[in-house]
Amino acid sequence: MTRTVPVSARAQRRRSLVAIYWTEFRNEVLKNVRMPVFLVSSLAFPLMFYALFGLIFGRESVAGVTTATYMLATFGTFGVMGAALFGFGVGVATERGQGWMVLKRASPMPPLAYFAAKTLLAVMMGGLITLLLFVLGGLIGGVSLPLGTLASMFGILVSGAIPFCAMGLAFGYMAGPNSAPILVNLIYLPMGFFGGLWMPLPILPAFIQGLAPWLPSYHFGQLALSPLGAQSIASPWPSVAYLAAFTAIFLALATVLYRRDRGRPVG
Amino acid sequence: MQATLNTVHNMEHAATPGTVLELRQATKDYGKVRALDAVSIGINRGECVALLGPNGAGKTTAVGLLLGLDRPDSGQALMFGADPFALQNRVRTGTMMQVTGMPDTLTVQEHLEGFASYYPAPLGVAQILASTGLSGLEKRLYGKLSGGQKQRLHLAISLVGDPEILFLDEPTTGLDVNTRKALWQLVREFRDRNRTVVLTTHYLEEADALADRIVVLNHGRVVAEGTPDQIRASTAGKRIRAVTGFRVEEARELPGVARAVRDGDTLELHVTEAETATRALLQRDAQLRDLEVTTIGLDEAFISLTGDAREVPS
Repeated sequence: MTRTVPVSARAQRRRSLVAIYWTEFRNEVLKNVRMPVFLVSSLAFPLMFYALFGLIFGRESVAGVTTATYMLATFGTFGVMGAALFGFGVGVATERGQGWMVLKRASPMPPLAYFAAKTLLAVMMGGLITLLLFVLGGLIGGVSLPLGTLASMFGILVSGAIPFCAMGLAFGYMAGPNSAPILVNLIYLPMGFFGGLWMPLPILPAFIQGLAPWLPSYHFGQLALSPLGAQSIASPWPSVAYLAAFTAIFLALATVLYRRDRGRPVG
Repeated sequence: MQATLNTVHNMEHAATPGTVLELRQATKDYGKVRALDAVSIGINRGECVALLGPNGAGKTTAVGLLLGLDRPDSGQALMFGADPFALQNRVRTGTMMQVTGMPDTLTVQEHLEGFASYYPAPLGVAQILASTGLSGLEKRLYGKLSGGQKQRLHLAISLVGDPEILFLDEPTTGLDVNTRKALWQLVREFRDRNRTVVLTTHYLEEADALADRIVVLNHGRVVAEGTPDQIRASTAGKRIRAVTGFRVEEARELPGVARAVRDGDTLELHVTEAETATRALLQRDAQLRDLEVTTIGLDEAFISLTGDAREVPS
């Protein structure tokens, strides 16, 4: 009941903001880590695909590197995209469906805390997937790269989660809890294949090579290939610009949908 | 001492003395449906107000405007005389809503800590668990709680910030009698500390048990307002049933008839007092038989207020 004196009010508010963001993030991590579906779908698919394709085509060469090395970047891209799209798309849609979102919005929660927690988790999952792929590549793919190359590939892959967080967020507001996984898969899997993330683009038919530059997955993948010198883009900047614009568009869309979602036409 | 504190509090925050929540001519459409139609409601500090009405009456919409989930299309919604959207106003409120679920894989304690972090001076987790009857369940995952325990946690979440205003949206829907009574007791204790409670319900019994004042909503309008006693008094008090050829349209013209329906051979009337209508019926229909006069229960009184037989509260 006691109200704080004005002098310390600002300091207190700053402390409490840290507490809010920390608790939100901690809960987001605990909530997901305790769901086997989340871990398996986020981690297992990119790792499994990489292990399969990497074993089969590992020693062959593409774009100047071994296929196993090339696919480290492309399946890293694929894994990061998946963690972001599923974490946001399915997560938000589910929590909206439960009414849990409305309760949080009725509470004095700063809305950004919820989205920041989800973004940070997606970025961390992206990092984890990338590290596990590196280990797998070293163990079974015979991949050997300088530490600097690995570090910059890691940095690019982890930051690449952001555009797909934005896309996933918009999907989370477009779809219901049951349709969200279907919607995400319908976008995610073709985006992976046609963006050259499953099979290296140079070995794919010409029409797919023509289609790929329209896709965000292609630009993300090309940026991730850059530290290897295996990219087919001349300069990274058009791809960076594409992904920045892509992020802005989906954030704007998500904002509109978030506002529209505000009230429920109930009772 | 307590009185002094409250006075200071009032002077500090309330624009209209005593009024902590207000809708002024608030209208809200959802698509083509008018959920609220120029509704004005004022709620005072220390008051428990029930918004009562069938599903779709506009109760949840009204609460949504009051707590800043949505803005009215026209008119105004005020919390402490200011914008309900502002977080500095909202940290003085707690909300319990109709949620079908929360994340199953967080524990009772983690859920509570999450909401507690939003408030400047939350109650201790142990204290709130004890008062809501959840002690010992701190480490239990939400998904492993029983229905009643979940509802208790939802209430605990609404109380954890030590709010001045408590919003309860259909708090006891689907609860067993014991849990419902326990929840009512907690709400009464809260109100007795000069806190404000806004309750939506479609149970007249619940409004009657908790509220100082009932606002009856139907089709987005306020159709009645008053103390529980006044609400009951303003509704038809007796029911007359008889087998008669009397037409429903004619029956409605009889003195004091609030509602007339036909059920096969039987005509049923809701009336303010039974004698006049009964006399009129007997005079005009010599063949009338199986005459029966009974007192209408609370829930039926509510039906005659909202005039909507299709949405009988169960």
